[in-house]
Amino acid sequence: MKRSNIAKLIIALLLAFAGYAAFFIAPDEATMHAIQRIFYFHASSGWAAMEGTAIVFFANIAYLRKRTPKWDWLAVSSVEVSLAFWSVVLVTGPIWAHPVWGVWWAWDWRLTLTLVLWILYVCYLILRGLIEDPERRAAASAIFGIFIFVGVPIDYLSIRIWRTQHPQPVLFGGGGMDPRMKAVFFFCSGVLTLLMIILICQRYRLEQLKYEAEELRIAIEERGEPQITQRAKVKV
Amino acid sequence: MDAARAASIILRKEVRAEMRTRELLQTTVTFVVIVVVLFSFAFEPSAAEARRYGPGLLWIALLFAGSLMLNPSFAKEQANDTIYALRMAPVSAFSIYLGKMLANLLFLAITEAILLPVFAVLYNVSLWPVIGRLAIILLLGAFGLAVTGTVFSAVATQARMREMLLPLLVLPILIPLMIAAVEATDELLEASPVLDRTWLMVLVAFDIIYFAAAWMLSDYLLEE
Repeated sequence: MKRSNIAKLIIALLLAFAGYAAFFIAPDEATMHAIQRIFYFHASSGWAAMEGTAIVFFANIAYLRKRTPKWDWLAVSSVEVSLAFWSVVLVTGPIWAHPVWGVWWAWDWRLTLTLVLWILYVCYLILRGLIEDPERRAAASAIFGIFIFVGVPIDYLSIRIWRTQHPQPVLFGGGGMDPRMKAVFFFCSGVLTLLMIILICQRYRLEQLKYEAEELRIAIEERGEPQITQRAKVKV
Repeated sequence: MDAARAASIILRKEVRAEMRTRELLQTTVTFVVIVVVLFSFAFEPSAAEARRYGPGLLWIALLFAGSLMLNPSFAKEQANDTIYALRMAPVSAFSIYLGKMLANLLFLAITEAILLPVFAVLYNVSLWPVIGRLAIILLLGAFGLAVTGTVFSAVATQARMREMLLPLLVLPILIPLMIAAVEATDELLEASPVLDRTWLMVLVAFDIIYFAAAWMLSDYLLEE
């Protein structure tokens, strides 16, 4: 079996165990009961999404400095994967909020900030979709990506002053969390981070193959007699 | 050549080109007035409601107008390939950006100056007593809009459907500016108007952060 397949199998097993742990190992929460268990995947997805977003920023900067397409592949892969995780956060949030707060959505700062980031990264992907030339697309989206990221503190600040209702984060400083809950939470976060990494790797590979296919297509058009075998060997 | 001098030459070129046709200002001002009138039809605000919703309406109208107005800033350089002449000029990319940004800021300020009396009359809000403080907020807001909008105008020129794309890039980035500007304007329309320091600081911070980012990334904006 190929190494990447073994990694996928391990992550699938870990993910299954994380699901089991969230339902059966973590103790029942005193006031919210079963609905609180969504937290193990809600907050963990949030962590994975944030990590993915940070990768996007570094890939954007690296692309503008180095100008090698691989940084652009990494940026677009991380944007798509973290957007998926942000979506999980935005969907599981209201599922939890409805029974607990009584409303699906409140314009609380954390929710609002997540929504704003989600919208910004959707726009990032739309921008990419509308530029044909790969180098221009990479540079334009890198500039936009950096603008999104440098704006996060000011987004945070303005929305924070504007609204506050989300439960305070229970991990750092805030309230007492059962050690078993904490263990399950960290385990879930770790597994989802691994899932994020393997998804980014898969998506990166796809982007790389797309790029090679495009190169080959251009080679065929230009030369009539392509040297496919030689070119294909170089990058794979 | 000195960057400030180069920027002022670009600025003068932009202003002269605009003054020959006045296309941009005519369309923007008309658009913004239409939006304000449409809001009135949609909500039929009473005097108290006008004070309550006025700031939000004013800023939505301005941001929408800005996101449309900034489109031609770089797009028009592509029509006759004058973008190549700009690139070949022995000046830094930042001074080209700065000249265009200042021209956009000027056009936005003119739009605001025309919009304000129309808004005050149609919505029965008295702005005269707070006009100085309101001008600070309007200019800080216009500055943030011009800074980000000019960058994305350059980014969007390379894309298909750029007229549709620019609002998508610029409006979500402007959310913090929008919140701060609306809240600050709101405080000014209260019975006892105050210039809210916190929101003023958020506006200034927004302007500084994005101006610095535009300065650092300007070399990448104009490349082929």
